[in-house]
Amino acid sequence: MKTLNNLNKTKIFFLAIAAVSITSCNNDDDPVNEEEVITTVTTTLTNGATTITLTSRDLDGDGPNDPLVTVSGNLTANTVYNGETTFLNELDTPAEDITVEVEEEGEEHQVFYQIPAALGTFGYTDFDVNAKPVGLTFTYTTGNAGTGNLTVTLRHLPNKSAAGVAAGDITNAGGATDAQVTYPIVIAN
Amino acid sequence: MFFCLLCFGIIYSQNTISGKIVDENNMALEKSHIHISSKSTNSKKDGSFIIRNVPNGSAKVLITYVGYKPIDTIIDVSGNLEINFQMKQKSEQLEEIVVKHKNNYFNHSVSEQKIKEKTIEKFSSQSLGNALKEVSGVSILKSGSTIVKPVINGLHSSRVSIYNNNVKLEDQQWGTEHAPNFDINAAGKITVLKGASGLQYGGDAIGGIVIIEPFSTKKDTLFGKTIMTMESNGRGGTISSSLHKGNFCDWSWNAQGSFKYFGDRESPDYILSNTGNREANFSGDVKYIGKKFDFSAYYSLYNATIGILSASHIGNVTDLENSIDNQIPSTIRDFTYSIKNPKQQVQHHLAKLNYNYYIKDGESIGLQYAFQFNNRKEFDLRTGVSDSRAALDLNLMTHAFNADYKLSINSWDFKSGIMGLFQNNSANPNTGVRPLIPSYNKFDAGIYAIVDNHISDDFSVEAGIRYDFSTIEATKYYLKSRWDERNYSPEFNHLIEGDFGTQWLTKPTFTFHNFSASVGTQYSFGNEYEWYFNVSRAVRNPNPSEFFSDGLHHSSGMIELGDLRLEHEKSNKISTSLQKQWKNFKININPFLNYIEDYMFLKPVGFETTIRGAFPVWEYQQINALLTGIDLNSEWQISEHWQHRLLLSYVNGKDKTNDDFIIDMPPLNINNRISFNKKDWNNLTLELQSEMVFRQTQFPNNNFITNIIVDGELTPVEVDISSPPAAYHLLHFASDFQFKIANNSMATLGFSVFNLLDTKYRDYLNRQRFYADELGRNFQIQLKINY
Repeated sequence: MKTLNNLNKTKIFFLAIAAVSITSCNNDDDPVNEEEVITTVTTTLTNGATTITLTSRDLDGDGPNDPLVTVSGNLTANTVYNGETTFLNELDTPAEDITVEVEEEGEEHQVFYQIPAALGTFGYTDFDVNAKPVGLTFTYTTGNAGTGNLTVTLRHLPNKSAAGVAAGDITNAGGATDAQVTYPIVIAN
Repeated sequence: MFFCLLCFGIIYSQNTISGKIVDENNMALEKSHIHISSKSTNSKKDGSFIIRNVPNGSAKVLITYVGYKPIDTIIDVSGNLEINFQMKQKSEQLEEIVVKHKNNYFNHSVSEQKIKEKTIEKFSSQSLGNALKEVSGVSILKSGSTIVKPVINGLHSSRVSIYNNNVKLEDQQWGTEHAPNFDINAAGKITVLKGASGLQYGGDAIGGIVIIEPFSTKKDTLFGKTIMTMESNGRGGTISSSLHKGNFCDWSWNAQGSFKYFGDRESPDYILSNTGNREANFSGDVKYIGKKFDFSAYYSLYNATIGILSASHIGNVTDLENSIDNQIPSTIRDFTYSIKNPKQQVQHHLAKLNYNYYIKDGESIGLQYAFQFNNRKEFDLRTGVSDSRAALDLNLMTHAFNADYKLSINSWDFKSGIMGLFQNNSANPNTGVRPLIPSYNKFDAGIYAIVDNHISDDFSVEAGIRYDFSTIEATKYYLKSRWDERNYSPEFNHLIEGDFGTQWLTKPTFTFHNFSASVGTQYSFGNEYEWYFNVSRAVRNPNPSEFFSDGLHHSSGMIELGDLRLEHEKSNKISTSLQKQWKNFKININPFLNYIEDYMFLKPVGFETTIRGAFPVWEYQQINALLTGIDLNSEWQISEHWQHRLLLSYVNGKDKTNDDFIIDMPPLNINNRISFNKKDWNNLTLELQSEMVFRQTQFPNNNFITNIIVDGELTPVEVDISSPPAAYHLLHFASDFQFKIANNSMATLGFSVFNLLDTKYRDYLNRQRFYADELGRNFQIQLKINY
């Protein structure tokens, strides 16, 4: 009887292994649902009547295709714009709004806006639990007429206490970049 | 007259020789074979024997017993004699075939390098890789301070096979940031075979083989060992305990467990945030040794959590450039024991059953089944996804079966065997991240034969051949854009099984037939000269990352692309080594040449822009590579108490296809150690070690230009990812002494200091050299108790 018992145990062991093998073969039916990929960064600038939309969209994520960058129009010189930036994952249907997560984890994120000094200045209008800027909303005061690039960067775990960071200077921010897009802008009189 | 009689007596007297054959524990050995002069007999149940009519004069005595070392001696017979013989167990039964050889165990035509128990114990709180550095020609490839992989003669990862207790570790070893899933404390002895000459193990170890054997004993006793190690750097320690019940027949067992706990490590100037690690490991076996067979069951568990330097998590090339430029980690927090993301959690189970049958002296068969299960979870810093959800979750399961036959007749040794392996990798799809390594099934089968002829005591020739069959079927989703960018259409369109919007579901299947071979010789000559020469050919198939990688590597800031068109790579290695032993000085010089056809490596090919910015793209390509180098080690007994040891290794890696250098080749390093030992002073040992690592001057230039925002303007800058760090020199101190704590119990207390001068340095072979300095000074106290 003892032999039989051992045999049964061995059988069970192999069956268990076989079961693991079979189940593990089966979970590759669907592609991975990519959850945290940012495919689309949209910055809207509103000046009362006019709204300018800047979008960078990369629907293949880390794939080989370049992001498609669109700017809906020219900005007006020496004007204050209210701005807002959103982050979407359009690989999900419906699209996942990552802006909400950034807002919720506000103290772990900060959006930076970089532009040549002659083209204007940015100011933060939203703040995290520690009264440090997050940067999902802001004001942009345009400079004189000219052309240049606006770079919008979302940093994860920046050091918001480092020199200049709370004022929007990325130099000492550290952390890791979650998104970085560059829009060509034109400021007209 | 009297003198003549005496002479007569000496020549013609017939004597009786009797006695008893016993083992080490004075137990009688029945049926041992006794051969004296031209007479022979077998011992009786009580071990006794009698041989009559032995003439006077010197008589040759040969006593043999299966599993024991033969006694081969000459006695002077001048009357009746009673002699008892004590036979000693062969340290390992399997050794019987190669027991004739002085130095090498696994291959007779290469000089093997061994790491002994004492050295292994010194590295109790570190890793296997660190201990392997004690062998000349072995360097280490690190990712931070706790993920350490061995590099043998310039090659690593899939090119170096690690065997634990005769089972090849299958632990996602392709990845440079995947350390061997093995607890150093479970090793009793480690042997390094450089090159692919160990054909009984496999035909694909182009770099070399690390063979780990657990501790076991044939002594009929129960004893144990506990090692406690405390370290200042990381403010933690390790405790490892083992118990061994030895026996020369019947049952024996071993059990060993260890626990490791460390917080953040420190460089000379700052805390290396998030570099703590934890390990809880167990291994044990039960063995039954019968008269003609033995049977054993072994199980080991490796369970580790490893923190990854916070600053090494970068989002894009700007972050990388900032880090290289600033020369200081972007994140430095206060010391903590807690481990945050990014981190790795790995678990490795190994269970095996082994049966050996000794057909007759010199002939045996061995059967082995091994099951391995490896789970690797990598956690990343993520937005909008819980930190407790892994970004990579791979389950690798391997079943391996081996059957080996050994035969030794006269001067011939013959070994042959077959192997079968089934492997399943399953990538958990619920991570929310496209997996780096797809799910796959793999089946391997191999057959080998090795023959060895000892033409004389000084000269032997060995030859072996091996055939391996391998087939792999993967299930992989490709972004359609990537499929097109790789130009896989139409060549590989037959692999497409389904259309999932932006992705293709593919089932790439590959089959390989590989032949490997090794021929060599060993020759002893002159005054203690020993010469080894070996030529081997090894063939390695592309691993899953070389085939299927397609994505961003977060710690290196690069997009890595595999290629379905890759062929297997072929290594042709010539290795020779010359050993010379003087009275107080021993030297071993080991030059080698390794020509690798279709060597697979990552090469930068351009840029891709994503929503995070622009990234350099590296793709797997194949070239012909030539690796040449020399390893040297010497031991010098300066005086009774003073000893010197030198290790030197140099390797040059050339890309013959593009006339360039090969990346990540270890630079010249010279390791000098002077030690003092005095037995009278509680066996006090003092050691001072100097480790000199030169700057690598032979490297490919992979620097690239990228746009970085300076004062709001996009400005092109060159990102220097190629320049190796400066040379460095470290001093290490170690000391220990022994004392008795009870009748049967010895203790050893050790105190050592690593990086004595707190030197600040970076190492070319550390994947995190762009982000932080290496470890600063580390004080270590170690207490070992034997009981």
